Amino acid sequence: MRYSAFRLFTEALRGNRGWQPAWRDAAPRRAYDAVIVGGGGHGLATAYYLAKVHGLRDIAVLEKGWIGGGNIGRNTTIIRSNYLLPGNTPFYEWSLKLWEGLEQDINYNAMVSQRGVLNLHHNDAQRDANVRRGNAMRLQGVDAELLDAQDVRRMLPFLDFDNARFPIRGGLLQPRGGTVRHDAVAWGYARAADRLGVDIIQNCEVTGFRIQGGAVTGVETTRGPIAARKVGLACAGNSSRVAALAGLKLPIESHVLQAFVTEGLKPLIPGVITFGAGHFYISQSDKGGLVFGGDIDGYNSYAQRGNLATVEDVCEGGMALMPMIGRARLLRSWGGIMDMSMDGSPIIDHTPVEGLYLNAGWCYGGFKATPGSGWCFAHLMARDEHHPVATAYRLDRFAAGRVIDEKGQGPHPNRH
Amino acid sequence: MRIHCPHCGPRGHDEFVHHGDAAPRRPQADAPDAAFHDYVYLRDNPAGPYRELWFHAAGCHSWLVVERDTRTHEIRSVTFARGDA
Repeated sequence: MRYSAFRLFTEALRGNRGWQPAWRDAAPRRAYDAVIVGGGGHGLATAYYLAKVHGLRDIAVLEKGWIGGGNIGRNTTIIRSNYLLPGNTPFYEWSLKLWEGLEQDINYNAMVSQRGVLNLHHNDAQRDANVRRGNAMRLQGVDAELLDAQDVRRMLPFLDFDNARFPIRGGLLQPRGGTVRHDAVAWGYARAADRLGVDIIQNCEVTGFRIQGGAVTGVETTRGPIAARKVGLACAGNSSRVAALAGLKLPIESHVLQAFVTEGLKPLIPGVITFGAGHFYISQSDKGGLVFGGDIDGYNSYAQRGNLATVEDVCEGGMALMPMIGRARLLRSWGGIMDMSMDGSPIIDHTPVEGLYLNAGWCYGGFKATPGSGWCFAHLMARDEHHPVATAYRLDRFAAGRVIDEKGQGPHPNRH
Repeated sequence: MRIHCPHCGPRGHDEFVHHGDAAPRRPQADAPDAAFHDYVYLRDNPAGPYRELWFHAAGCHSWLVVERDTRTHEIRSVTFARGDA
């Protein structure tokens, strides 16, 4: 069933009795050509592009819970491609281009809203860093505009410009950045993949891998064994645990990242704002809630909830940036489990096990990467070669000395 | 989350700096590159009991080994890191 304004209109006249489930609740078959472990955004996008771009039809997505129940629903919905390093920028820009055409492609309203992402600076050194980043972006064909304090004041008059400690001197704006309705991304990709014959199998946890002679032959699951020549892992947050089932040890730690949303307010914040003097970012959802977040808690966790010290730290950032936020009541907060890699950048690569592919280490940049990650991982799985924009995301880059450390923090996952 | 520092008593975890897994041991200087790669970059990252290093930065400056469950954040033991080998 194709969604359209006409369809909406006719269904309204018929009492909305004609709508059908957006995807089948498939039962696992005994064998597939390709199996994706993880029914989040990245896994579903991978399955969709495997079917659509590479023509595979015999694909299963295995999800231990329900689709969209992991990090695709536990983020702050921001999309952007304002990266500095050559290994990152082309990938995230390709992902942003895919976001721009996503809704038409998958025939699903994901509420892609390119309202701009503004990174503020508060001193000369930060301005220099933003100039450098903006130039690097423009050299690689990404939009970037340097704003001075007056420009920012016109855009966002409510910020605390003359803060004694952190005065706002300007910012780097990426106008094409913005937000996307995150749940709709999972649902839209699921529906689009399902229409191409992909089996989406929920409540099916992978408990082991079948490996013969160094090559994968299938997976063990809570719903029985499934044979497959190609198995792709897209289970960020739990990548280490799943990879360990295949005997792999990854350059990753799992950490909790908290996010927060206030009660609904009238339209206030036009785009995404990030505070440069601390780690704080904020946008306003279409329902009116202020959605914001900050640093990861900083210790290994699989708990999907964080501690109060981080709540305090994030809210202090908010108060320093826009003191009026103190009048808004916090509605809810949540924690998501991040694959924090050793250099802050992701991995899309083969593994030492033939036929087993790894998509992991997204740190807290996974949401914006969803379409690009699926596109490049599908390319790798289908053709056994790296996509041109994702050649740097190698598993062996740590041993080879080719790390992609955007923040220059060294091998400390909790500092990226 | 409160960490019971053996020197200072129970304190909020924001007084401490987390320094990761307590298990890796620095290889001998003449060990092969692969051993250093493992030491610097690879982690077990378990879901469950985990021994990790914390530094009491806003307290006594002790290095501590904390055994904590990464699924629940429950802390089972805290000892000084010195002598832990």
